[in-house]
Amino acid sequence: MSKRFYYWLLVVPFVATLVPPFYARREPSLFGFPFFYWYQILWIVLAAIIVWVIYLATREATNE
Amino acid sequence: MSSGTIIFIALVLAVTVLGFLAARWGSAKLNSLDEWALGGRRFGTIVSWFLLGGDLYTAYTFIAVPALAFGAGALAFFAVPYTTIAYPLIFLIMSRFWTIAKRRGYVTTADFVHDRFGSRALELAVAITGVVAVMPYIALQLVGMQAVLEKAGIASTNASALLFLVIAFVLLAAYTFTSGLRAPAMIAFVKDTLIYVTVIVALAIIPAKLGGWAHIFDAAQAALAAKPKPGSIILGPNLYFAYSTLAFGSALALFIYPHSVTSVLSAKSAQVIRRNCALLPLYSLLLTFIALLGYCALAAHINVGKDANTVIPQLFAQFFPNWFAGVGFAAIVIGALVPAAIMAIGAANLFASNILQSFRARQARPSSEFNTARFIALLVLAGGFSIAVFVRPQFAINFQLLGGAWILQIFPAVVLGLYTRWFHPGALFAGWLAGMGAATWMALDSHFATFYPLHVGGTVLAGANMFYAFIVNIIVTAVLTLVLGALKTNAGTDFTTAADYA
Repeated sequence: MSKRFYYWLLVVPFVATLVPPFYARREPSLFGFPFFYWYQILWIVLAAIIVWVIYLATREATNE
Repeated sequence: MSSGTIIFIALVLAVTVLGFLAARWGSAKLNSLDEWALGGRRFGTIVSWFLLGGDLYTAYTFIAVPALAFGAGALAFFAVPYTTIAYPLIFLIMSRFWTIAKRRGYVTTADFVHDRFGSRALELAVAITGVVAVMPYIALQLVGMQAVLEKAGIASTNASALLFLVIAFVLLAAYTFTSGLRAPAMIAFVKDTLIYVTVIVALAIIPAKLGGWAHIFDAAQAALAAKPKPGSIILGPNLYFAYSTLAFGSALALFIYPHSVTSVLSAKSAQVIRRNCALLPLYSLLLTFIALLGYCALAAHINVGKDANTVIPQLFAQFFPNWFAGVGFAAIVIGALVPAAIMAIGAANLFASNILQSFRARQARPSSEFNTARFIALLVLAGGFSIAVFVRPQFAINFQLLGGAWILQIFPAVVLGLYTRWFHPGALFAGWLAGMGAATWMALDSHFATFYPLHVGGTVLAGANMFYAFIVNIIVTAVLTLVLGALKTNAGTDFTTAADYA
């Protein structure tokens, strides 16, 4: 897949975290954490994974 | 003296020694701006991780975000999306900035702006904005330290707290002067280790003592609902727009602050920055859990009196054994020293490279500004200290909030400029001026509220002040670029070439 495709993946965390109506709710809760909290915490991790994947996929292309 | 006080003082003294020793770190002589201000651009992934983490997540953040959660509930957690989306942005933008900065010898964003747009006015606008925005930020690090000193039993009176602050600050200034960026880089190792240990222990002890997270959230909800200005642990629909615009605006502003730029440029390659964008989110997890400690404080019925910033120190004092509370307090105080040093260096770079002379003049005499920068760093620290000590803390807080809106106004010139030369330097300057004016006007009109209630066709839309000002800036910049282009006015010289960015 092209480098450009991978960079588009960077948009995903924005859509997932900048629209509070998606996640500003209490249920379903997890380990006592309301959805509002565990969903946003989960996205810290998912965004880091996305960045790591893009880092690996584009590493050779930048040639350093 | 209690065991906690002894541990606290021992840790603070230890990092002071480290700060001075840092001058000997690495083989290079400290005789140029690159070496003093950027550690020779040689930091690898691990040093950069600690340095950027210690720089972007300041002690004040660790004090103020839980204080906001304690006082207002869900709104405080805008810090989570904010620090989530910052990394995809840094990944793209700052690795590109690092590359051209290395190739063309930039130390500041204003260096780039001068080189790219050939405009001294725009260079000055960017440099002055950076200095003015970062000064109150330094002051707030001291406010964070004060909150700890007051509640930690380290300073029993205002006079002894002030004495401690003065000593800590003189030492900070001295090792920043002698060691430059190497001092905070070395101290960041200690600072971040202490912070992680403190928070992990806090999370192991406190929620269990309070009956578990489910109970903590319920108790926090009850306590927030009972406040004179009722809050909630779940964001209400009236705050959706405020929440996302504040998170978005803060993320855009985060990495163009002078201290962020300084830390980014000290990395040894663009790959180090990119790699760290996947590793630094560990600090975002840390920050989220620290914010949740604000709810623990609600569940524990902690009474903060007038100063909400004492929430975390009080929580530590109540739940930790005395000696370990000393570790936690030291973590926060040392956590204030690291960003304060980097902020002073970042502001000094702008002064020495872009305000006292232009970037082009500096390039002609590359070693002339090194000593100037070192002395200016002292002045900047003294300035931040004065704001913290002689002015009401509320002023520093308001000023810093407004500073965040101001720094965002250099985004079009600095960041969009990395990708396109379409914008006219005159238009960028006018856009900056309009954005600065709009941010300041909204702040004054709303008595320094973070959000501005915009009236649109009969409804009121409360959004982040910084976000609205940014929109004004972009519109003015774009429209004037079209106008100035049509009038065929001189668009300045671009000294960079396409190859410089790759």
